[in-house]
Amino acid sequence: MEIFEHNLLFLFKNMPMLLSGALTAILLTFTSIIIGLVVGIMVTFFRIYGSKFTKKLMFAYEWLLKGTPPLILIFIFYFGLGNYLNLGEFFAAALALGLRSSAYQAQIYRGAVLSISTEQTEAGLSLGLSRFKTFYLVILPQAIRLSLPGFTNEFTIVLKDTPLAYGVGLVEILKAGRDILAQQLSAAIVSGKVTASLNPFIVYLTCALIYFVLFEIFYYSLNALSKKFQIPGFIFDK
Amino acid sequence: MADELLKVESIEKSFGKQKVLDGVSFILNKGEVKVIVGPSGTGKSTLLRCINLLNPPDKGKIYLQNKEITSLKHTLVPAVRQKIGMVFQHFALFNHLTAIDNVALGLLKVRKMNKTDAYKKAIDELNRVGLADHKDKYPAQLSGGQKQRVGIARALAMDPLLILFDEPTSALDPELIGEVLAVMQALAKDGMTMICVTHEMGFAKSVANEVIFMEKGKIIEQGLPEELFSNAKNPRTREFLSKISQLYGETGHK
Repeated sequence: MEIFEHNLLFLFKNMPMLLSGALTAILLTFTSIIIGLVVGIMVTFFRIYGSKFTKKLMFAYEWLLKGTPPLILIFIFYFGLGNYLNLGEFFAAALALGLRSSAYQAQIYRGAVLSISTEQTEAGLSLGLSRFKTFYLVILPQAIRLSLPGFTNEFTIVLKDTPLAYGVGLVEILKAGRDILAQQLSAAIVSGKVTASLNPFIVYLTCALIYFVLFEIFYYSLNALSKKFQIPGFIFDK
Repeated sequence: MADELLKVESIEKSFGKQKVLDGVSFILNKGEVKVIVGPSGTGKSTLLRCINLLNPPDKGKIYLQNKEITSLKHTLVPAVRQKIGMVFQHFALFNHLTAIDNVALGLLKVRKMNKTDAYKKAIDELNRVGLADHKDKYPAQLSGGQKQRVGIARALAMDPLLILFDEPTSALDPELIGEVLAVMQALAKDGMTMICVTHEMGFAKSVANEVIFMEKGKIIEQGLPEELFSNAKNPRTREFLSKISQLYGETGHK
């Protein structure tokens, strides 16, 4: 058990590195989600209210971004677009994950808006509200609440996709763990003490644990937020 | 002529290949209550939605206070809709707003009243339909009859020239129909101009000035309620009205 204690002690000493990785993961998640939100709302709007051509264009956009594996998307953005725009790992990954999320978020918002009965729009219009005001005052407040469960889900999905940025070298939690292992291994080789090297299993388990803690925090926070904004008594089944 | 509020002239409307309205015309005077009856799918609801331009007719003209509204520019349509109230079959209350907020929304955002005036008027209208106690409840916390009465208050708050009722009691449990009909009858007696699509024969008999029987997008027969119910000229009218009486009884509901 000496090795086990040794592992834990070493991990503890390297917590700052892991926590810094965690911070990067959080920042990446938020950045990607916000990109996804802004682009997602635009795509939703154009898919519902746009011309035939615009609708088809939006459909193609969603289809492409949903059909490409996220890791490959990150690589394409980093080595392709990132090269021209000099983006760096963080923003290339954020763009890739963000635009991918926008396709899924557009789906969530579109579902929410379309599930609101047309009578709601008719009632708004019959009072003399313009189409835009009806959307803004009647449809949108309800659509937001309808989207919250889907949004919470999407948020956690993006969080769990952030380790993919490891593929282009971003130092998030997984890479931090890998770096710690590598450091310790080289130190062990140099000093000749093989037992001083860390057990990868324990390191990666720790990484998973950190991601899991973040997941729990975000999941419960978003759920609490959803409950706070819930319309009293309403079940959204009509 | 001076009292003529609404004139509907030969309107036609198709959805795809289906012709839903095939030349409908009538005149509505101020203070009149017209009841439209007919089998489902005959275009009664479509007719109402033509009148307030939610679904403008393909052909024909509609005049409100002697001004044609069917050829208006897009941007001028909301102003017309403001003058025509509508009450929906499934209530269509804004689910994210309380009863009083529902009634006040039009006042605040369309008539641009200030908060104090808007909420005072909203409370007055809720009082009129007997629901001032429930002003802070959300639609999901109200019964069907209460929801519909809030819907009526919401339409009334805009001080419309006329109110269109689209089968207002069809989605209600039998016990709750009475309270809504009572409100509608009181409105009629107060002189509100109304067009009601309904199966409620008792209501028609007590307050309607004219009953219109529609089928397959056309007006088959129209006249005083007493005439149509006891002595309709058209056999189809007789057939339909007797079936309604059988199903729904004298008062119009089970």
